[in-house]
Amino acid sequence: MSDEDLYVDHDNSRWAFGTGFTDPLHGVDQAVPDGVDAGDLAACCLALGDDALVSAQRLAEWCTRAPELEEELALANIGLDLLGQARLLYARTGRADGTGRGEDAYAYFRDPAGFRNVRLAELPGGDFAFTVARLLVLSTWRLALFEELTGAPDPVLAGIAAKSVKELAYHRHYAAGWTVRLGDGTEESRARLESALRDIAPWLDELLTDRTTARLGLTPAAVADRTLASLTEVFGRAGLEPAEVMPPGPASMPRVPGSGRNADHTEHLAPLLAELQSVARAHPDAAW
Amino acid sequence: MNTPAATGAPPETRGLESAFEDTIARDQRVEPRDWMPEGYRKTLVRQIAQHAHSEIIGMQPEGEWITRAPSLRRKAILFAKVQDEAGHGLYLYSAAETLGADRSDMTERLIEGRQKYSSIFNYPTRTFADVGVIGWFVDGAAICNQVPLCRSSYGPYGRAMVRVCKEESFHQRQGYELLLTMMRGTDAQRAMVQDAVNRWWWPSLMMFGPPDDNSPNSARSMAWKIKRHTNDQLRQRFVDMTVPQAEKLGVTLPDPELRRNEERGHHDFGSPDWAELQRVISGDGPCNAERIARRRAAHEEGAWVREAATAHAAKQAARTREGAAA
Amino acid sequence: MSETTKGDWPLYEVFVRGKRGLNHVHVGSLRAADDHMALTHARDLYTRRNEGVSIWAVRSDTIAASTPGEKDPFFAPSGDKDPFFAPSGDKVYRHPTFYDIPDDVPHI
Repeated sequence: MSDEDLYVDHDNSRWAFGTGFTDPLHGVDQAVPDGVDAGDLAACCLALGDDALVSAQRLAEWCTRAPELEEELALANIGLDLLGQARLLYARTGRADGTGRGEDAYAYFRDPAGFRNVRLAELPGGDFAFTVARLLVLSTWRLALFEELTGAPDPVLAGIAAKSVKELAYHRHYAAGWTVRLGDGTEESRARLESALRDIAPWLDELLTDRTTARLGLTPAAVADRTLASLTEVFGRAGLEPAEVMPPGPASMPRVPGSGRNADHTEHLAPLLAELQSVARAHPDAAW
Repeated sequence: MNTPAATGAPPETRGLESAFEDTIARDQRVEPRDWMPEGYRKTLVRQIAQHAHSEIIGMQPEGEWITRAPSLRRKAILFAKVQDEAGHGLYLYSAAETLGADRSDMTERLIEGRQKYSSIFNYPTRTFADVGVIGWFVDGAAICNQVPLCRSSYGPYGRAMVRVCKEESFHQRQGYELLLTMMRGTDAQRAMVQDAVNRWWWPSLMMFGPPDDNSPNSARSMAWKIKRHTNDQLRQRFVDMTVPQAEKLGVTLPDPELRRNEERGHHDFGSPDWAELQRVISGDGPCNAERIARRRAAHEEGAWVREAATAHAAKQAARTREGAAA
Repeated sequence: MSETTKGDWPLYEVFVRGKRGLNHVHVGSLRAADDHMALTHARDLYTRRNEGVSIWAVRSDTIAASTPGEKDPFFAPSGDKDPFFAPSGDKVYRHPTFYDIPDDVPHI
């Protein structure tokens, strides 16, 4: 047996989508169906794509800094999933808004005022407890949202949602596991987790009142209910009093006015994008 | 088969020793629970640990560019590649652990500077072209080094290398493809590629280690079939492989002595600055201090997380026991 | 093999079933604080390219093995869950043939 026989992989069948494509939606009927408002569809895909891209960027910042090598792999897997979701959603946006723009036009050549992500996604990294707590909240909410979207009137978006739901279920599983470990672990880990959740609480309302999918005829209230119920269940397993760290119900909840959906961003988005876009903008005519 | 450790073995291990030598001589694999000479075990632990450390430290020069990759496709590729390197580090630590080495102990040795990693990762990445050139040169050199290691006499190491090599063929290709694309782009991009080639060529040749006449451990590793080729053989293979690729790409390799020698059937090439290699290996390269500092910070800042998980597992176990007793 | 010192996570051995109809095969080890973590780590480390449909993770110190040669150890299965294996099928960029290299470039 030659050296090469040992490692050359002759079985390509497990590569589900084959190889070599550049358009992530290649081969899918991309016409916007009758009865769907293309502008609403584009706005929805753009906002959900921005959530995913900005979250992936924050997760990428952990690279070479994770608390253990196994977590390095896990955080990168989640970041890659979200990056993949962003690419699919931008591809759909470009079709729905009629401009035919590619994914990179949305990621690299819009200014902060053009981004529609929720603000929780753009807050700076913090420690591992903050990353876990934010991931728990965002993945729980996004999972509920995308479960709704599997019934979206646009079949392409419904397909993207169906694919993403499997990924998000894993993200939530990972974050819930760590929430329980940190909550039940040591005094330090519990204190850090509670502190992270207190920092996150004021940004939760923006998720729960998000009406992005309402424009497509879906029901945001159901998403909010499912998100809160699911978070409460995890907090219970972590031995946390939900009311202490994240008061339930809009009335008692601390909240920061405005929404990233209306481009009311924090001061943290601009530097995040400046870094993300730096090379692409320095060479606008380049091919990569 | 005469190995250095065979001399002076105590009588009670002589039967074991000859069984071990027989395994090596017949090109069979040595497995974790087999008896093995202490020198063999130590040599392997050292080599595998260095290899694992290289994968982990090697994440840093490229990892710097994930957040800045200039297209979403390149971002995904680079993210997946750097993640693979963490995975490869883990496969290798796992192989070392089958020899009784402990991962946290190896990590301590790395961050205290008592165990080495590949000299190449102590050079800085200055532009995005460096990502392409690292894929092409550094992963290409790694493949030259690692493919023969798939047949290493130690089973777990060989098997880890099979996984690593399978996955790294993507690493080299993505680098070369990025460079091809950049060479078809703007003048500024072509200049970036040539600049990166100029900076990484000599350090890449040094990756294969000192020349054979100055490589004290090579002979023993070859006898034990831990290594299968000498440093100079592998270096020659890398140069022969890379020269035609450079021609296709349209870049110049920065070595005036580089030319095809028809008589030998190989390329002649100049000698790297071995004094520089010595300096970089002994800790005095451009980025040694910051690479180690980053690794140390991640390890130390992660301690509370690892402790929390351990504490939770202990509490869970106690609760399970109480539940069973009640 | 897996003495727990200084709060280090214990060692687990990982076994992956490549596809239905095949045995679980030992693929390596990893460190994890608990069984749940061992399974998620195993999924992330050993099935990044959709290499499996089911995983076993077994504490290394609970494996009884024949000595001194290598014989199949006997071990007990733990959970294998479906959603674990769905996500990574589309990471085509991990595969070398995803990269378009002209046919006349040698040795890549």
